[in-house]
Amino acid sequence: MTTIQKKPRIGQVNPIAHLDAEDLQLIAKELDDIRQSVIDTRGERDARYIRRVIKTQRSIELGSRVVLLASLFPPAWVVGTAGLSVAKILENMEIGHNILHGQWDWMRDPKIHSTTWEWDSATPAAQWKHAHNELHHNFTNVIGKDNDLGYGIMRVDEDQPWHPMHLGQVALNFLNALFFEYGIAAYDLEFRGAIARGKTKDPKFQREFKAVRDKIKRQVTKDYIVHPTLSIATGSFVSTMLANFTANTVRNLWSHSVIMCGHFPEGVQTFEKRSIDGETKPEWYVRQMLGSANISGSKLMHIMTGNLSHQIEHHLFPDLPSNRYGEIAPKIKDLFERYGLDYCERPLPQQVYSAWHKVVRLSLPNGWLDTTTPRNLPGQLKRLFQMSTGGPKVRRALQARMTQENRRALAEAA
Amino acid sequence: MGRVAEAATTPLVPADFLDLFAPLRPGAELRGRVETVHPETADAATLVIRPGADWAGHVPGQYVRIGVDVDGVRCWRAYSLTHGPRADGRISITVKAVPDGKVSPYLVRRTKPGTLLHLEQADGEFVLPVASRAETTKLLFVTAGSGITPVIGMLRNLFPSTDSGVLRPARSASYDIVVLHVAPTEPDTIFLRDLRSMAEVGAIRLVARYDDEHGILDLADLDALVPDLAERTTFACGPGGLLDAVTTHHEERGLPLCTEQFRVSTLAAGEGGTVTFDRSGVDVDCDGGRPILEQAEDAGVLLPSGCRMGICYQCVLPMREGVVRDLRTGELTTAVPGETGTGGVRIQTCINAAAGPCHLDH
Repeated sequence: MTTIQKKPRIGQVNPIAHLDAEDLQLIAKELDDIRQSVIDTRGERDARYIRRVIKTQRSIELGSRVVLLASLFPPAWVVGTAGLSVAKILENMEIGHNILHGQWDWMRDPKIHSTTWEWDSATPAAQWKHAHNELHHNFTNVIGKDNDLGYGIMRVDEDQPWHPMHLGQVALNFLNALFFEYGIAAYDLEFRGAIARGKTKDPKFQREFKAVRDKIKRQVTKDYIVHPTLSIATGSFVSTMLANFTANTVRNLWSHSVIMCGHFPEGVQTFEKRSIDGETKPEWYVRQMLGSANISGSKLMHIMTGNLSHQIEHHLFPDLPSNRYGEIAPKIKDLFERYGLDYCERPLPQQVYSAWHKVVRLSLPNGWLDTTTPRNLPGQLKRLFQMSTGGPKVRRALQARMTQENRRALAEAA
Repeated sequence: MGRVAEAATTPLVPADFLDLFAPLRPGAELRGRVETVHPETADAATLVIRPGADWAGHVPGQYVRIGVDVDGVRCWRAYSLTHGPRADGRISITVKAVPDGKVSPYLVRRTKPGTLLHLEQADGEFVLPVASRAETTKLLFVTAGSGITPVIGMLRNLFPSTDSGVLRPARSASYDIVVLHVAPTEPDTIFLRDLRSMAEVGAIRLVARYDDEHGILDLADLDALVPDLAERTTFACGPGGLLDAVTTHHEERGLPLCTEQFRVSTLAAGEGGTVTFDRSGVDVDCDGGRPILEQAEDAGVLLPSGCRMGICYQCVLPMREGVVRDLRTGELTTAVPGETGTGGVRIQTCINAAAGPCHLDH
């Protein structure tokens, strides 16, 4: 009856095997109560918080843009670019992401509302809300349904058969990180799928494609034409353009890292499509608990990640104000402990390393990275070469042999 | 220039940045800054507000809609403008804290000088004629039920009520006012007490007619109740039926008349109700146990939707009027025209059930 019906792999156990239906009900009841306690106390303090963040962000952005008018002068370039990077990160993470989740709809302020907000990103808010709020938050970590998991371009689980093209996913993931906002725009548009299915003439696709194109045009015009042109007076056209490109790239790398930390580090569970057939609310809650990972750190760190460092709390309650996630985190952590569940939380460098390690590991055949030592490297490389150049039959045979060897090694170690 | 500024600030607009420095500038969304809060009595205060540059002025008797964030939630209320246009361009409202009220206690007790309020331009056709100094201005107010409310606003303006009784300031001396108030029974309302105390000091003449005591009012009796009717300008406020009758009566006699229909906007939460989709004009009878989204779809209305569990906010629609219940928490959300922003309250249709008649903008 559990959601995780996947057969345990070697060395793995079903993390909720010890919970029965009644436990799940009790967990859900506690979570509902925590949610209610926040809703009951939402008020002036929270409203003041988001308005202050917005005001701060706009002031930093305005100040940085002004400084960059003289970006030819190196100190101005450094200060302006740093400021603009921070402003863009705040705008996307703590402000845009969270407003578009409806976290601040309760204020009934038509300017700070999920239905009216537009953000500084290539993807139009409306399309992102569909792909993110509706698909990703609903089907969190369900392979084949959650596009955020490897963005549909990467191998994200041992159960997906390995193919030589996966060798390229490390480079692909890095490229995606550099141009993350465009990557998001493409997959919100389901661009690859539309081309694969020959749906590019579809009126809905055409409409959405046009919306993305217009949005990108406005974004590019702003950062690479208007502001550089305004800087011409000081001879800073090119340097302002470079500054804006740098700020966009810093924001892309940062948001990609934070988002990878949310669902990709080791210890986070993935789920099979059929495991969510007839899923109940308590089961949904538990899937969110096990399918997300937190980043520990300072208050500034939490704000700069848009409180996605509290990914577990955010996935349990996507529409609670972000400033409250940190407050309920101890209660959630305690709940995990009492029910013997693993609250996946590490500092940023470790989570980023863990996520990238997983990308590398899964770019290679199952077990390859774990069993490779300097001593057996030549043999392992030969095997990898054979698997990469041989047909499916060769891959299956070599994979079977490698799995067998791993099992034996594990048994001997035990 | 404007287009360059827009291209430089997208996806925001230049105003979003200008608001950081000059929220009251010309061209800004209309706002006002509270300058002083004078306590009038233990439970009433006058707020002096400096309106934004685009404030178009007002006529005595008009009201202003004010948007104020109470406990972080934007609420709109209408208040009569207490003074005529002032030389310094400030406007003022006098607010009495209603027990158990939400906005008025906040304005009276918790508003600090410097607070920004959202404003709309002054409104209201139902304004007091300016009294000329030379002769007496003779008026008749015909009110029924809660139609007394805007009239009370005007009368309190003329004759402020204080702890030491009703005042009759010099500026109000030239008004001669009769109030004919009609109600089903004699209720103990604060307004009735107000009217009585004004009548006691002779500020107005009160003619109260109760259906259970005097029978339903027949306008043929109007001449007997108000003998100098022909000399008076009539202001009528109440339900449509009364207004129609007064209009016919006055037109036949060629008497001056100003009317305002006053709608009762009390919403009692119940179980289920008719949901009207204003743009398509479709009515759907919804029960209180299932989400509006589901029942509207069953009835063939196509609504935006997403996760259907209350997390993705794709199904949000503006509710102009009505009350809905969150099926997860039981929490009620109410939209009252005039008290909630002009766009209504946006609700998630996938987790809210109708708790009374609702109007959705779709």
